[in-house]
Amino acid sequence: MIRKLSVALCALAIGTAAQAADVMKMAVTTSFHNSGLAEVLLPEILTDLDLEVQLLVVGTGQALKLGEAGDVDAILVHSRAAEEAFVEQGFGTHRREIMYNDFVFIGPEADPAGVKAAESAVDSLQKIATAEANFVSRGDDSGTHKMELSLWSKAGLDAGTFGDWYNAVGAGMGAALNTAAGLDAYILSDRASWLNFGNKADLGLLYSGDPVLFNQYAFLPVNPEKHGHVRNDLAMKLEDWLTSDKAKGLIDGYTIGGETLFVFNAEPM
Amino acid sequence: MVDLWSGLVQAFWLVVTFNSELVEIALRSLRVSFTALLVASLIAMPLAAILAVKRFRWRRVVIAVLNALMGLPPVVVGLVVYVLLSRSGPLGVLGLLFTPTAMVIAQVIIIVPLIASIAHQSLRDLWQEYHDLLISMNVTQMQKVTTLLWDARRALLTAALAGFGRAIGEVGAIMIVGGNIDHATRVLTTAIALETGKGDFALALALGFVLIALAISVSLAIHWLSRTEREGSW
Amino acid sequence: MSALFPVVLDSAETARRGQVLAGPVNLTLDGQGICVVLGPNGAGKTSLLRLMHGAARLTAGSIRWSCPTPQARRAQAFVFQRPVMLRRTVLENLAYPLRIRGVRRREAMQRAADWAGRVGLGGMLDRQAPVLSGGEQQKLALARALIAEPALLFLDEPCASLDGRAMREIEEILLAARAAGTSLILSTHDMGQARRLADEVVFMLHGKVHEAGPAHDFFNQTATPEARAFLHGDIVE
Repeated sequence: MIRKLSVALCALAIGTAAQAADVMKMAVTTSFHNSGLAEVLLPEILTDLDLEVQLLVVGTGQALKLGEAGDVDAILVHSRAAEEAFVEQGFGTHRREIMYNDFVFIGPEADPAGVKAAESAVDSLQKIATAEANFVSRGDDSGTHKMELSLWSKAGLDAGTFGDWYNAVGAGMGAALNTAAGLDAYILSDRASWLNFGNKADLGLLYSGDPVLFNQYAFLPVNPEKHGHVRNDLAMKLEDWLTSDKAKGLIDGYTIGGETLFVFNAEPM
Repeated sequence: MVDLWSGLVQAFWLVVTFNSELVEIALRSLRVSFTALLVASLIAMPLAAILAVKRFRWRRVVIAVLNALMGLPPVVVGLVVYVLLSRSGPLGVLGLLFTPTAMVIAQVIIIVPLIASIAHQSLRDLWQEYHDLLISMNVTQMQKVTTLLWDARRALLTAALAGFGRAIGEVGAIMIVGGNIDHATRVLTTAIALETGKGDFALALALGFVLIALAISVSLAIHWLSRTEREGSW
Repeated sequence: MSALFPVVLDSAETARRGQVLAGPVNLTLDGQGICVVLGPNGAGKTSLLRLMHGAARLTAGSIRWSCPTPQARRAQAFVFQRPVMLRRTVLENLAYPLRIRGVRRREAMQRAADWAGRVGLGGMLDRQAPVLSGGEQQKLALARALIAEPALLFLDEPCASLDGRAMREIEEILLAARAAGTSLILSTHDMGQARRLADEVVFMLHGKVHEAGPAHDFFNQTATPEARAFLHGDIVE
């Protein structure tokens, strides 16, 4: 019996799945993945290029780290300053803008801080800080977190000095939204994550539209001079596809509940 | 409560419709955990037998360390394996990070102490029983080890099942070293974490119920298989 | 066959945690037939057997077999007062000593089945050994000890808790083994069993050999008052 069992286990252990001709790894941000756009793009990439793109869904901070270590072939993130530093230090060959979406303010429908009436993103934050209403921050060094911090400083406030109402959870977008739902708190989210989020509870979209909230996604191939094993050829193939007219159609045409999420803005090279 | 109920309903439909994505993820869970179990057993069980049979200077220390390592935080294991396997780490040339193999390695490290500790307990008891006879028969150390392992196989099955349970339910380490890549390294637990992150509690719960059901069926199947072998009383 | 004998114990002693269990013992045995080690409880009979077999540590003195000690140990077997049953079937228990000596599985199983028949366990080859009755377990232990054809077999109180029928069966097996040329050293405090089986007697008291000699002489003209008292059934301190 034991012998038969072992044989069965071995067979199970060894079996592997079929794979595409080419496989590459790309680190993307949680906000991009939560939008669901990847599920539209990846199958098309597989048929057009016979290329399987394996996504590592992490925060921008970790995505850049993966690129630096050479553990992925390319990254797709949204934090301009960090991206430029990444290229400058030689970890990436270049930075190519692909598309943008926007950030939105989410909060309790009751809106104790009056964010619905805000005139700008900065004004929203000032209202929340004045009311000392519960606020959830990603606190994980992600692109969204960096955006939030830059908005606080534009509002002339220092997030480090806030009281108990400011909760830095150190988690991904979904987990942070779950926390906000539980605390009935305000939170800055990307639109895609919010629309796809299932556990909305009493939360609602309170403010959006300020141009400072636009969120630019860029594609950065990892530098093969730093890491010889990196598949730069595949990354370039992918970049060509992502900036093609076909990708434009798919990205601009992607909607959730009738709302457009992304705007394709890649410049032809 | 609504979530729990809809989770159950969704789990039911996922299973009866033989949802292809679920099947893929569940099979990968099984494959990774069984491979880890196989490798870990091959390491832990002989180790446990040697610890029961051989008297050497650091024996007690090794046993104490093994017992302590049962509580090893998976996240730490994951992080260490990650750093080792990363392209910029010492084992980077192997290119194993974000593959099922990396997940197997992490799980092996997590369950070896567990299996070895449980196995050692029963092997030690059996060795006390057998000691005089085997010494009298002049058996070699190797024969002692194989005799104990064979005759304690039922107890060892329990140890293995405990290891399997820990492996298949583990998320912290394999999330880090596997990366939860769709169609490559996504398993039940990491899928649950993902769906929870999306706020889709019903689907997360459904996957959780499937995971529990899977763990129970594996345990039942193995117990049933070993029972039918003989009518033994232990 | 008996290249083991004579065996000479010279001030041999075994102690555990500073307490002497048996010895110092001076004794020469030539291994003819059955040697019965007699004596009251706590006299050190078991310790002497274990010492000679090498299962107890020799802490002083020497034991010299007529061949190198490792070779002597391989030619011995030991049956314990409480038989140790491997958690296997009767057949597998019997085959075990052959298998560890490298005998092929098929041959080992055949010889095991043959021995099971000889000791009256032929009908329960596939039973799990640990669920056998006390008498069956002791017969199995005996057959398992004899199957590798040892030159010398130690038995420590083999019939201590058995009924008359089991005892008779076991004694028959022992006499058959003696007839086949196996030397036996058997400890007992059962006078009747000693009289039925002994060719030689070693009488122990307080961890030492008090008297030793041919059985006939011991039972008919014991030299020491303690041995005489023991034979009469008196309490010996």
